[in-house]
Amino acid sequence: MSKHKGSSADPALTDDGPIRRFLNATEIDTRMIGMIAALLLIWCAFDIASGILRGNFGGLLGGSFLTPRNLWNLLNQTASIAIMTTGMVLIIVMRHIDLSVGSMLSLVAVAGAVLQVYELAPDLGVGHWAIWIIAIVAILALGTLIGAFNGFLTAYAQIPSFIVTLGGLIAYSGVAFLLAKGETVAPMDKTFKVLGGTIPASWIGPFWTWTLSLIACAVIVLAIINGRRQRIRFRFPLRPVWAEVTLAALGSITVLGAAWIVNSYPWPPKLAENYAKENNIVIPPGIEDRAGDAICMAADKVVRCVEGLSFGTGYAAPVLVAFAIGIIMTFLATRTRFGRYVYAAGGNPEAAVLAGINTKMLTVKVFALMGFLVGVSAIISSARLDAATNALGGLNELYVIAAAVIGGTSLAGGLGTIYGAILGALMMQSIQSGMGLLNLPAAFQNIVVGSVLVIAVWLDQIYRRNVK
Amino acid sequence: MASTPLIEMRDISIAFGGIKAVDHASIDLNPGEVVGLLGHNGAGKSTLIKILSGAYRRDAGSIFIEGKEVAINNPRDAKALGIETIYQTLALADNVDAAANLYLGRELRTPFGTLDDVAMEAETRKVMHRLNPNFRRFKEPVIKLSGGQRQSVAIARAIHFNARILIMDEPTAALGPQETAQVGELIKQLKAEGIGIFLISHDLHDVFDLADRLVVMKNGKVVGTARTSDVNHDEVLGMIIAGKCPPSAVPGPGALQSAA
Repeated sequence: MSKHKGSSADPALTDDGPIRRFLNATEIDTRMIGMIAALLLIWCAFDIASGILRGNFGGLLGGSFLTPRNLWNLLNQTASIAIMTTGMVLIIVMRHIDLSVGSMLSLVAVAGAVLQVYELAPDLGVGHWAIWIIAIVAILALGTLIGAFNGFLTAYAQIPSFIVTLGGLIAYSGVAFLLAKGETVAPMDKTFKVLGGTIPASWIGPFWTWTLSLIACAVIVLAIINGRRQRIRFRFPLRPVWAEVTLAALGSITVLGAAWIVNSYPWPPKLAENYAKENNIVIPPGIEDRAGDAICMAADKVVRCVEGLSFGTGYAAPVLVAFAIGIIMTFLATRTRFGRYVYAAGGNPEAAVLAGINTKMLTVKVFALMGFLVGVSAIISSARLDAATNALGGLNELYVIAAAVIGGTSLAGGLGTIYGAILGALMMQSIQSGMGLLNLPAAFQNIVVGSVLVIAVWLDQIYRRNVK
Repeated sequence: MASTPLIEMRDISIAFGGIKAVDHASIDLNPGEVVGLLGHNGAGKSTLIKILSGAYRRDAGSIFIEGKEVAINNPRDAKALGIETIYQTLALADNVDAAANLYLGRELRTPFGTLDDVAMEAETRKVMHRLNPNFRRFKEPVIKLSGGQRQSVAIARAIHFNARILIMDEPTAALGPQETAQVGELIKQLKAEGIGIFLISHDLHDVFDLADRLVVMKNGKVVGTARTSDVNHDEVLGMIIAGKCPPSAVPGPGALQSAA
């Protein structure tokens, strides 16, 4: 180990223990490690608890939480909240808040559904190829517009964002109710539904899941190599080689492990059987057996289950959209002027103005971006439910804000990361989904979710004080 | 003195809700000259200077650079004209690192339009090395830096972009004696490079040490202008406190009228 001493920026650090030395060398955010550890702990606890209360359903620890099926569902359910949380981080970083996202989601989802069901389907014919495109563009545009309106009132009319969006929370759901005439608007267009993740057409299958995952691994490795090259070029202090290799390995293992899990979840037997019948695929012997997981599917054909070989669903569309949004938002937040200005303005609004940044326009842009992301989530939620109602996004604002805050976003502004917020969303959804598995009453679930939020922020405060 | 000053602010007025913070004030500055701006809290000196740096928009008056009238409506305009400011509050974004602060509003970008953080950090390392050779904490948010280090970042930001006119608002208020001396050295060096400097300070000694001329303001008006070599501490105190203009100074509109 002594040969690494020279590469550390501060010689005093080499006196620390191996864990601290590892953290310093890899420059991993310790807070993120804490969150991942907490997440894994929660998962294990739910698996054990569900095993005790409801019996073994193949979970890693004898329960039903750590199964491919549950984890696959967990990812799908998290997508909508996670997408909105990435936008909420930037809003909170800029010292604002958006309480209207839930109502906004209901409104744009209902508007998109009304457009599909009452306008486009009768005019173009049910199932016309253009319906889903028009609906998506309309939903995203409307979301962006409403978000920009919130931002305009906040920045130029100088009404506090809390009030603007509190008004929005109340008013937008009213508009949604009027638009839907209090009814459930359904069904969605056949292609539109692909974005909901509930039908076979929205599952990409093992081949594409592995392909995308391998590409992701390659990107991780290339990014680390490129970063090292840049540091050498400008003669900045370097991370030790073993730390770089560890980072690449950890990243790749996570990506490939996730791919393996989602690929291990087979199509539900009933769906597989129907799909085979519709597509005139000969069902091999033994396939009618609905008792277990006897029917396995590849992306386009039914295959006989072979011992040790499994074909599964792979990633579903909402999860892929959430991944893409997560990557794009991280890029926006860290690699562009826009993101730099958002963080600077959140850290010191006056300094940002004195540096010549148009913080008012920036506020409008951030709220418009939030509105766009609400549109994306509205598409996923309504496609998933195959319907839209004025209650579709109910309480979503609170889950989104809670996820951002659990993920380390400071309400004082200036602090917060996209990946932290996504982890926060995953944690919120894990707790809810786990309690659902345990059949806990809804009232009790609310008590737990509320308490977790408060405790998480309290722990975060302690962490931040001790780190400084 | 040169016939055309580097900068001239003529008859500047600004009011906030009926209070005339600056009332028909005129000041000028020559290349390579340090002009000290003195006055009580609320005398209008910071406000006057914020008009020059684009933070406030004046109600009346005009600004000339090398004899040509210029429009300064926001901080960007001022910077484009080579006017850089070190604010009393430093105006740093506390949550981002030194390089991000140095380039705030003027980020270097890659050919793809993304932030070129490595290039910005490399440049920052060079500038900071010149100002503060011991500075190493390039990756940390500036809130974790000491007062002197933060001051260095603010100064680096002001001098890095080829300023012609530098405004320093209480540049040594947060500094210890050694760092104050460093700032003094820096001012002399910048002066030698032909940069004009407005120095706002409470500290008479600083102003007498560093400034060629001084301007005293009171209640938003200019009391008088004098060469530092022509006046003594007591006379300047008299200008600041009572608005009394000594014979060796040029009286302004704010000077106490002896006839009245």
